[in-house]
Amino acid sequence: MDTACRVPTTKTRHGRICRDNARVVHDNQNWRRCYFNDWNLLSPPKFIWFDNFAELLKDDAFWSALRYTLTFIVLYVPCVFVLGLGLALLLNQKVRGMLIVRTASFLPVVASWVVVSLIWKWIFNPSYGLMNYTLGLAGIQGPAWLFEPGTAVVAMVITSVWKDVGYIALLYLGGLQSISETFYEAARIDGASPWRCVRHITLPLLSPTMFFVLITLLINYFQMFEQVWLMPMRDSAADRQVEVIVTEVVKNAFSYNRMGYASAMSWVLFGLIFIITLVQLRLQKRWVYYEAE
Amino acid sequence: MKPSNLPITRKPVAAPTVITRLVRGVGQYGLMIVLIALMVLPFLWMLSTSLKPQQYILQTVPQWIPNPLTFESYTQLADRIDLGRTAFNSVFVAVVSTVGQIIIAAMAAYAFSRMRWRGRDTVFVLYLATLMIPAVVLVIPQFILVRSLGWVNSYAALIVPSLFSTFGVFLLRQSFLGLPKDFEEAAFVDGANHFVIFWRIVLPLSQPALATLAVFSFMGSWNAYLWPLFTARRAEVMTLPVALATLQAGPRALTEWNMVMAGSVVAVLPILVVYLLAQRWFVSGVISSGIKG
Repeated sequence: MDTACRVPTTKTRHGRICRDNARVVHDNQNWRRCYFNDWNLLSPPKFIWFDNFAELLKDDAFWSALRYTLTFIVLYVPCVFVLGLGLALLLNQKVRGMLIVRTASFLPVVASWVVVSLIWKWIFNPSYGLMNYTLGLAGIQGPAWLFEPGTAVVAMVITSVWKDVGYIALLYLGGLQSISETFYEAARIDGASPWRCVRHITLPLLSPTMFFVLITLLINYFQMFEQVWLMPMRDSAADRQVEVIVTEVVKNAFSYNRMGYASAMSWVLFGLIFIITLVQLRLQKRWVYYEAE
Repeated sequence: MKPSNLPITRKPVAAPTVITRLVRGVGQYGLMIVLIALMVLPFLWMLSTSLKPQQYILQTVPQWIPNPLTFESYTQLADRIDLGRTAFNSVFVAVVSTVGQIIIAAMAAYAFSRMRWRGRDTVFVLYLATLMIPAVVLVIPQFILVRSLGWVNSYAALIVPSLFSTFGVFLLRQSFLGLPKDFEEAAFVDGANHFVIFWRIVLPLSQPALATLAVFSFMGSWNAYLWPLFTARRAEVMTLPVALATLQAGPRALTEWNMVMAGSVVAVLPILVVYLLAQRWFVSGVISSGIKG
């Protein structure tokens, strides 16, 4: 047995430091994989055509990571898309003190993902965290959050929405403020209700911004990493199961030293992002309204 | 005052009664206060936890005002990681990458906007196309490159790859394109060369765009985690986010949350201060990135 492959000393997860990245393989289930490396940074690289891609298709870890990535996107994107729009409509009101709301909602955006992950990991602590205490006040027995895969995903989605909603709202706000007041004036003279103004003026004229927001959100969240890397409790079921594509890429590259395989995976990710962006560009004709054209 | 300049309200023509106005006002301000609380309370909880002694953080009823109040978690933190060194690394890397990125991006943007050369716009489009490649695809080749240069665990690994920012070049080019030609034509007549025009005319006139790029670049570098996690593992070059993530305990030991939160305070406070001082550049940066879409 090759000892170079077997030194499973420290886990890179949770920022644990590996002394020498060329020797560390963690995760007992997967340590064998290092025999199939095409390039582990020690041996010279060998050209193996598309073998890495073929292996990828058979890799359960990859499919599981893809499934979790899509789950995150399906839960997170609609939430932040709608809440961001709501926040932007509120921020656009000319009320005294609105600047404070804007400043406050942008605070999580400037904080680093590491800090945000740690704060919310503490809040989601099942026994001593704020979240379960608050749920307890409402008479709900809080779950084990970051220990179980299902609830961990929910916790990470909540954290992500909290972090990003201010950014998304600000993107919308830029779009809202470029809508000319004359449209509203004309509608008001015609006796339109506030709701009809939103429905027939704001939403169509905001659709280019919405399109941009949607593309940005999808591109960013196919690449989500820090929260999934840092938040699950160590060695819990959530820690073992919840992986997204980028955490898989990072694990393969830097823990298993499978640089070639990890690169193949990251190219598949690029391909996915590319295809989804192209599809969106196609679909935009159906719902995005450009004033100038 | 011209009629079109009259302030426009979107309220119905019939004046609302005092009571409906009151209810609406209370509802709106209530919503604003709830939003501010949601955004700010997690940060206050971080601060509060960091000021408690170890045995006081594990309480089932959360205590917002630490009593007794102590800085022991900060001294504990200073024992665990070399705080001075790590903070210096973060500041040094962020400042050098920001300054370097601005200089390089500004010179490239000048060449792409104020100079004429064959194929300029084609090259620019190709350059812009690199924005589409997800960061994770670049991590592995960049790591291999940095490794073969022998830069792992050096400042060079942290700084050099971040110096070249496509987004920065794009942002500054858009700003430079908007400057009037008259100044530089006059300067050319007076015998100025490109460098003088760049330094004395274009840069001073583009301060808002430069400030926007500076805050975003500083924030990106200060908060970076994925790249430093694998290229700067030794304590001498470790930055705050990476050091912070190492504070979590293993599966059997109890994480000392007061210490982790103290580390979070140290990591987040500088960037929050920068944000509060330079808020308008953050906002203009986000809005300009949205409008291009």
